[in-house]
Amino acid sequence: MLLIPCPWCGPRAESEFACGGEAGIVRPGAPDAVSDAEWADYLFMRTNHRGLHREQWWHAHGCRRWFIVRRDTVTCRIDGVEKMGSAGAAP
Amino acid sequence: MQGAPAMQRYSIFSLLRNALSHHERWQAAWRSPEPRPAYDVVIVGGGGHGLATAYYLAREHGITNVAVLEQGWLGGGNTGRNTTIVRSNYLWDEAAHLYELSLKLWEGLSQDINYNVMFSQRGVLNLGHSLQDMRDIHRRVNANRLQGIDAEVLNAAQVKAMVPILNTSPGARYPVLGASLQRRGGVARHDAVAWGFARAADARGVDIIQNCAVTGIRRENGRVVGVETSRGYIGAGKVGVVAAGNSSVLAAMAGLRLPLESHPLQALVSEPMKPVIHTVIMSNAVHGYISQSDKGDLVIGAGIDQYAGYGQRGSFHVIEGTLAAIVELFPSLSRVRMNRQWGGIVDICPDACPILGKTPVRGLYFNCGWGTGGFKATPGSGFVFAHTIARDEPHPQNAAFSLERFTSGYLIDEHGAAGVAH
Repeated sequence: MLLIPCPWCGPRAESEFACGGEAGIVRPGAPDAVSDAEWADYLFMRTNHRGLHREQWWHAHGCRRWFIVRRDTVTCRIDGVEKMGSAGAAP
Repeated sequence: MQGAPAMQRYSIFSLLRNALSHHERWQAAWRSPEPRPAYDVVIVGGGGHGLATAYYLAREHGITNVAVLEQGWLGGGNTGRNTTIVRSNYLWDEAAHLYELSLKLWEGLSQDINYNVMFSQRGVLNLGHSLQDMRDIHRRVNANRLQGIDAEVLNAAQVKAMVPILNTSPGARYPVLGASLQRRGGVARHDAVAWGFARAADARGVDIIQNCAVTGIRRENGRVVGVETSRGYIGAGKVGVVAAGNSSVLAAMAGLRLPLESHPLQALVSEPMKPVIHTVIMSNAVHGYISQSDKGDLVIGAGIDQYAGYGQRGSFHVIEGTLAAIVELFPSLSRVRMNRQWGGIVDICPDACPILGKTPVRGLYFNCGWGTGGFKATPGSGFVFAHTIARDEPHPQNAAFSLERFTSGYLIDEHGAAGVAH
């Protein structure tokens, strides 16, 4: 089980959290100006790479806040966390 | 076809003959050749699906100048890590027909490849624990019957008669209201599937190359020309990638993005015990499924871990949750000890259906996104993927499973119907 350092509550067990997947996926602009391929990329395509990965987590059974975790997808080692909206966390 | 000696057939007579020589003169099941400079087709991934693709390329399409490249050992990925369940009772026509094609191939597979894959049609039960579960089961069973696939609805008493150790009492935490039953479903021995397809493909001249990791996909003018590997460059007229959890990594080598997330999926087996479960029991609602192998161990599968990962292991609380559900359903198993637990990396697609077809790179084909339920599709997946590669167009049975469906919106949403527990 992962030990996730919530930026507000400190290290807590993974079972308190829900994973929200890849971070930094930006919704495309004006809907009528967006092609089907751009929508598909936004909705479905994922980087899904081996190595350091930025992902969203939600402290569902704690402070109920969203934040970003930098984690290695092979070793599961957590490199650090960022609050939503902090420098470096944008977008 | 260079260097492929005639395959010795396995039979009761070959068994007796080899017994006389203390089983020391069995022919190796497949050769281990050095890679040639180039092949007509290179298959990336030596699991069941990749080996089946190579076999059907040779058998159905006469293409034998083929190499299967495997970064580890044959069947050491998800082929050797699943819970061996085979069934075809999916909801939507596209998916049900693809899995049914596979089930029909399973039914003759041991004879076909002269290798006992121990396919056992012991039936698959999908339990319903609520009124809505039962409505969904009725809907799926009706759909299956219209598709020409065998399916029945059982009530609680019929389920109890079939599986006496199942807790069907009204006070149970997960009350059993009934189940769907596919009698032609069952299990097969997963290692034998990899080894049998490898042996049959090798006998037709396919080179199986283990410990050969693909590190790059070389392209010229929008067309694939070969692969860089840990054992040097190998030229290829066409490349078929069947890499399960690592598919996105290989796609990135060709500049492609896929709608996949790789997640750990865990399973475990108990110590061997006397026969108590003679069928396969699955429950979508509690995320658990169980069968008993011919060796006697209970084979138990869990749900996926929630985070993306390539580590081939998962978190303990996931299997704890699954075992809690299994013990609620089968109280008499509460003191059974578990022998082994492991994880495989499954490539989850947004609609819980595979991607099987061409890519924007000419001569490059992908077969991925089988998620948590690829084992059952092994022969069918190889059959239609071989067709797709050989003819450069999809087989009617996999035409709907193109990568374009994520742009066109023609998704085949099996998540609600069958995509939770595979």
